[in-house]
Amino acid sequence: MINLAGRDILHGWGKFVFTGVGLGLLVGLTLSMAGIYRGLVDDGRVLLQNGGADLWVVQRDTLGPYAEPSSVRDDAYRALLGVRGVAEAGNVTYLTMQIQRERDDVRVMLVGFEPGHPGEPGYLVAGRPITRSHYEAIADVRTGFRLDERIRIRRHEYTVVGLTRRMVSSGGDPMVFVPLKDAQEVQFLKDNDALVNERARTAANPAFNRPAVPGLLEAVQASQASSHSVNVVMLRLAPDADQAAVAREIRRWKHLEAYTPADMDDILVAKLIATSAKQIFMFLVILAVVSAAIVAFIIYTMTLNKVREIAVLKLIGARNRTIAGMILQQALGLGAIGFIVGKTVATLWAPIFPKYVLLLPGDAMLGAVLVLVICAFASIVAIRAALRVDPATAIGG
Amino acid sequence: MNLPFGRKTALIAAGIGAVLLLGWLGTSQGPLAPAKVTLAKVEQGPLLASTFGIGTVEARRSYALGPTLASRVARVLVDQGDAVRAGQLLAELDPVDLEERVASGRFAAERAASAISAAEAQLGEAHSRAQLADGSARRYAELRARGFVSQEAADAKQHEANAAKAAVDAATAQLAVSRRDRERALADVAGVGKLRAQARLLSPIDGVVSARLVEPGTTVVAGQAVLQVIDPASLWVKARIDQGQAGGVRPGQPAEIVLRSDPKRAYRGQVERVDWVSDAVTEERIVNVGFLARPEGISVGELVEATIRTAELSNARSVPAAAVKRLDRQDGVWQYSAGRVAFRPVKLGITTLDGRSQIVEGLDAGDEVVVHSEQALKPDARVRVVPAIVRAGS
Repeated sequence: MINLAGRDILHGWGKFVFTGVGLGLLVGLTLSMAGIYRGLVDDGRVLLQNGGADLWVVQRDTLGPYAEPSSVRDDAYRALLGVRGVAEAGNVTYLTMQIQRERDDVRVMLVGFEPGHPGEPGYLVAGRPITRSHYEAIADVRTGFRLDERIRIRRHEYTVVGLTRRMVSSGGDPMVFVPLKDAQEVQFLKDNDALVNERARTAANPAFNRPAVPGLLEAVQASQASSHSVNVVMLRLAPDADQAAVAREIRRWKHLEAYTPADMDDILVAKLIATSAKQIFMFLVILAVVSAAIVAFIIYTMTLNKVREIAVLKLIGARNRTIAGMILQQALGLGAIGFIVGKTVATLWAPIFPKYVLLLPGDAMLGAVLVLVICAFASIVAIRAALRVDPATAIGG
Repeated sequence: MNLPFGRKTALIAAGIGAVLLLGWLGTSQGPLAPAKVTLAKVEQGPLLASTFGIGTVEARRSYALGPTLASRVARVLVDQGDAVRAGQLLAELDPVDLEERVASGRFAAERAASAISAAEAQLGEAHSRAQLADGSARRYAELRARGFVSQEAADAKQHEANAAKAAVDAATAQLAVSRRDRERALADVAGVGKLRAQARLLSPIDGVVSARLVEPGTTVVAGQAVLQVIDPASLWVKARIDQGQAGGVRPGQPAEIVLRSDPKRAYRGQVERVDWVSDAVTEERIVNVGFLARPEGISVGELVEATIRTAELSNARSVPAAAVKRLDRQDGVWQYSAGRVAFRPVKLGITTLDGRSQIVEGLDAGDEVVVHSEQALKPDARVRVVPAIVRAGS
């Protein structure tokens, strides 16, 4: 039995392969888009996992700390440690800011954490953890900072002692981890000018600057120049503790809001990144439809280009099945080439994206099936056209 | 007509190549790929435990000079930075009426002195009168005995003598009163004089004026500082050390001090005092570190970093601090063997500032542990060992 499809492809293999590669780039684009969508969701999940927290305690009636601002006193953790079932507590602050780097600046999320407590990065890809209680930082590799680099955050210079990976905020800003006290200071201290102005403003207030009460002004200014707030207290629970029960206890008696990982996942994935995820998902759907249409057109035009050959085949008595099989095989071959090229390019260009792109093997499998199904469906149109070809066209009729 | 053999082979080869390519992509690039890790061996050797804190330069002894009464500042004779000697007049407060009160006291004393003279004269007169009266009384008594005068006349003379004697006593008492009056007046002068002296602010030590807080003409309340004087030899660092790391700090331990104004240089120092009271709000212990040699141009209030060496272990097992992980409330490390990792709980000792953690028990020297990993590891995960996950310089 002659493999008509193979013969035909070999007849014009250059054109076939290039069509396949073009299709592959389209498939690669679609797979990448799926990867971007998955990456967006996964970034949110990693953000939750990397702190190693079982409960997030935030300001009452807020969806903090990621979806809404939240402020909790930094001594609240003492009361929380007293709640039955709570094993460890860590204060954490978040602040999105620009950090000067050479002549450029990098947008980062500054995370203040207490070394050895929940909230610290779970693993490093280079360097060491923070050992000094001040002026050391761990940066995500996406920031572009290197080990031992000195970075300036507001008033102080920090040494980058460690690098980590995939620690980004829900907005995709890479994180820089610094000791909590430094981060609290950064949140409060805007800059020296603001500080001096604020002092002058307080001194001009007759209620605070009273000649008969020496020392009052200094006391007021000292109380202004310190911050005792954090954004979230992360808790780790005892192994046998029930997350929901402890959260209920904290909500009721500590007058704070407590979220379990499931709540947090819901807030982050269903609320915070929902719109952008839906946006990307819609784009993905449209891209898939457009890709399918293009595949169908390619196969249809390929068939129409061969009207004369098909007519000849019919003239020499080829059965309809043979012709249909030829077209279907060609379509599937095109799909296979397209998928292989697409998967390869998507994998190779994934690390270049500024945000994380997660290519799941399941998505790739689904993609492969879809590409082949779309090719098969597209070939049906072409087959119908081919079967309607009048054998007379072969002899110029 | 069949396909030429070569082309068929080529097609099969292309197919196999495609499958291999997909296989390689799936297992080495995506989420199924083994995590890249770097390894380190447990090392045996000396470890230096240190602790780190930030603080400010402060004077151990700082003297705030001010009046004991609400008053107006008349003169301030020194400015910030001036070296002063003990007892030197630094500022003077307006004495208002104190001078006059001193003068008034002196006048009162002089008046009292005059009163003493008057009383002495009166006493002399009384003595004289008493002698005369006594003589007459005795003569009348003899005459009476011989019967020359009447009993009544003799009694009258005796009465005169007694009265004159009482007048002497009165004059003596008056003299004592006058003397006391003078003493009181003198004491008043001394008291007001002391008050006057309080209005002069003198330096209690040989030192440097660190602050000139008010200018002449300002009214200050009692106890408000006009000038601040410090002893520059007593400058030290008041360092705040996280309570979690302050456990091993003891007086006498060597320290390194880096001034913010001169970050390239480390000054040698020594822990002089560890405060009994630590800051309950910031959860920091206050440790005072003295300079072995005071740096030039140091300023009070300057930010410094102090690194205190708290312990020295001559022979300890240690791993890079990045290798220590926490899993289910348990410190441990990922131990590597034959392409896979397993979590090994360990007991940790000290952690040095350059990032080495002492292993008290749980590992032997030479064991290989995961230091850095591309992602969080799970028990029995497959890993791929690489020299470095992040290329140097990238």
